[in-house]
Amino acid sequence: MNSTAFWYSTRATGIMTLVLLTLTMILGLVTAGRAKGRNWPGFVQQELHRRLSILAVVFLALHVLTSILDTYVHIGWLAVVVPFASPYARFWVGVGTIAFDLMAAVFISSLLRPYLAPGTWRGIHWLAYACWPIALVHTFGLGTDAGQVWVVALGAACVLSVGVALLWRFRSVTGPGAGAGAATGFDAPSGPRVPPPRLVSSSRVRNDRRDL
Amino acid sequence: MISSEATKTAGTDVHHLLGQPGDLAGHLHVHGPLILPDGHHQRRALAANLEASGLHGRGGGDFPTSVKLAVASSAGRGGTVVVNAMEGEPASDKDKLLLHRTPHLVLDGAQYLAAVCRSSRVVVCVPAGREVTAEAVAHAMAERRRSRCAPVNETLVRPPDRFVGGEETALVNFVESGSSLPVFRPDKGVPLRIGRQASLVHNAETLAHVALIARWGPGPFRARGLAEEPGTCLVTIGGAVTHPGVVEVDRGTPLWDIAHRATPTEPPQAFLVGGFAGSWVGPDSFATPYASGPLRAIGARAGVGVIVVLGASSCGVAETARIARYLAAQSAGQCGPCVYGLPAIAEDLERLARGRGDYNLLPRLRRRLAQVDGRGACRHPDGAVALVRSALTVFADDVASHCAGAPCSHHRRPTSMRLPAPIAL
Amino acid sequence: MAPLRLTVDPVACDAYGYCAEILPELITLDEWGYPIVEPKPVEAALLGLARRAVRDCPKRAITLRTRDGR
Repeated sequence: MNSTAFWYSTRATGIMTLVLLTLTMILGLVTAGRAKGRNWPGFVQQELHRRLSILAVVFLALHVLTSILDTYVHIGWLAVVVPFASPYARFWVGVGTIAFDLMAAVFISSLLRPYLAPGTWRGIHWLAYACWPIALVHTFGLGTDAGQVWVVALGAACVLSVGVALLWRFRSVTGPGAGAGAATGFDAPSGPRVPPPRLVSSSRVRNDRRDL
Repeated sequence: MISSEATKTAGTDVHHLLGQPGDLAGHLHVHGPLILPDGHHQRRALAANLEASGLHGRGGGDFPTSVKLAVASSAGRGGTVVVNAMEGEPASDKDKLLLHRTPHLVLDGAQYLAAVCRSSRVVVCVPAGREVTAEAVAHAMAERRRSRCAPVNETLVRPPDRFVGGEETALVNFVESGSSLPVFRPDKGVPLRIGRQASLVHNAETLAHVALIARWGPGPFRARGLAEEPGTCLVTIGGAVTHPGVVEVDRGTPLWDIAHRATPTEPPQAFLVGGFAGSWVGPDSFATPYASGPLRAIGARAGVGVIVVLGASSCGVAETARIARYLAAQSAGQCGPCVYGLPAIAEDLERLARGRGDYNLLPRLRRRLAQVDGRGACRHPDGAVALVRSALTVFADDVASHCAGAPCSHHRRPTSMRLPAPIAL
Repeated sequence: MAPLRLTVDPVACDAYGYCAEILPELITLDEWGYPIVEPKPVEAALLGLARRAVRDCPKRAITLRTRDGR
């Protein structure tokens, strides 16, 4: 493969990774926010979230691979994991490296989830909230195509959709746990409604039950 | 405040807990120095003695002590023996009494079990806020340290004072991590662990029995009580009685005989046996022996050694509603069916007590009882469900008239249950 | 092969309800959204769905075990 082919691949897989990462984020937020419809089973979000995250990681691996193998600019294997170690575009590639590291941490910790304490897994998974904006910044900071209209439009769409998903996820201050509340329908107790008790959430509890 | 029945003074030809000397000198005089089993054969012999005695836990679980010991001692050395003196049951005073009066008996029992399991420490759990009991225990521990009567290190910890705090996994969780919340434990055959070492949790009264059995053999213990459920147990009698307090009775004594010792003030309408997580027993079953087998046969539970007498001029439904509300508030707050189910049950009972139930109340209540039963990480919801179910049976006539909108006039009377905070109906 | 049973850790469970969606034959939800699981062993035909339910639980609250000592 010649350098140009690698270069096109890097740019293409980069955009794909961003899009897949965005979709993964949105599905993760929708899962944590307990979206469920009468005809829409909730487990679909969960499964899509996981499968898309795998696709995102695959495209990320391709993106990293093609960028290293491209001999036109020298990035080097070290820069894959160590931020700011690339001779070429040190800063923006470094930002990408940080995003890569975060994504790798989230992905690997999810693979190892059965062997990790729940609080540990959840803490690492929160890094995803940092990973996505950093990936976005890398795309537009370094991006060769960042000037193109369709790329800007895509970026704006990503930001908008994640923004909406974030607002929806954190729509109630108390969080989604209170949704599983008292009985509804004919059997609902009449009279002044006592607010449902809150479930305990404490990080010292062995089964850490806070949400993402 | 707390009175007790002194049977004999010293003398161990008969197995009894109350009346044993409380100070270290007297204790050593009667029982001699603490001689712990040394070596594999002696440990096996002690375990065999416990098995032969047929001792079951006196903390409410009623589980064979020797089986629990076998599970813990199979898990290797270096563990912990936890003395459960939490006594979260508000109506119970027996463990407080034991620790005030004969702490050395309880601590000796822990030492014996620590020797069998080759544990490296004994931890006594007294709730925060019970300073008098904690004082007594600390004083006894200091005495033992000075006289070198405690081969294994004994310490005192103060978990928060909550109803579920005395649950085994909650205690172990507290000792390990400071969080006094129960942990889901589906397989009881796997030993409890603190860190990587096994831990053995026993009620204070159970350990007192262990000390006597270990020192004097299973004979005196088996000589009292029933063949299937031998020994004595401490029972706190309360409610509508003239002389509330703690008595020591042979296992299998009829309920009425036990209640009679405290002299009920008026003809009892029912007994609450086993505490707030126990069951109501009606007048036709007052002659039932106080033992797990006979009580299970009438649909009740022995639970912790508590009998609360409900006078004729009280309302059983109202008292049950108050207890249910208390139990709901005491949930650890971890499991949905308990957190949402118990308050819902309490609310329905309160409506029933006021005579304001809708015609769907009883079916809804029964459905929720079935839904909540057994679906928490610990037995807290199970206890509440058993109590309410027994109330629906024992007070069936009352329930029917309350349901029909004609509650008895007694539901507004002040409660005769010992509830920590007044619960308005 | 030893009989496998579904067990829910009630402390970890947070009423997402995915298990009941995937395996309604064995899991129903109570009025507060928490799962009520059939205590019987899972039959071979439903094992695939049972494993899927275990995988999809966001809290890892439901598991397949060979023994349940409650």
